[in-house]
Amino acid sequence: MKLSSEDIVEMIKKKLPDAKIHIEDLRGDKDHYHATIESKKFKGLSKVQQHKIVYDAIGHHMGTTLHALMLTTKEQ
Amino acid sequence: MADLKKKISDLISSDDVVLFMKGTPDFPQCGFSANVIGILNYFGVKFSSINVLEDNEIREGIKEFSDWPTIPQIYIKKEFVGGCDILREMAETGEIIQLLEKNNLPYKITDQAP
Repeated sequence: MKLSSEDIVEMIKKKLPDAKIHIEDLRGDKDHYHATIESKKFKGLSKVQQHKIVYDAIGHHMGTTLHALMLTTKEQ
Repeated sequence: MADLKKKISDLISSDDVVLFMKGTPDFPQCGFSANVIGILNYFGVKFSSINVLEDNEIREGIKEFSDWPTIPQIYIKKEFVGGCDILREMAETGEIIQLLEKNNLPYKITDQAP
């Protein structure tokens, strides 16, 4: 079962309740998304640490139900 | 399990710049791996690559090793730098040059489009 944009936003919001999220289904196949995420929690973290928070929120879906999630993270 | 960890850390320390990818630099098997190859070539960075499609143990083991769920993964002087998104961002901001210089690694901006 593929993930919808709403599913992904919901999962991210669980870990980053304050996040402003813009999500695009890059190919319209619900398998290649690009998410731009702004959150206070990213402050002072490296890009790797920021992206790890998001991957952690997506959990086991990453690389299985969801093939690709391109990330752009910004400190707020 | 311990020998897989050793096998992976040996691979990571086998060169200054090591890329775990799907396919090979000449025949990348995934767009994200191809993008990373394009960036490394654009900056004229010398690197070794490991085709995770040839070894499923490595393909899964590297994700656990770095606590990063996707391939490609790039390591500079044994340190995990990131995947395609982060490397592309570093190329756009020029941060990649600072990282290469900090590690005394040669680079030469070529005319190949990234």
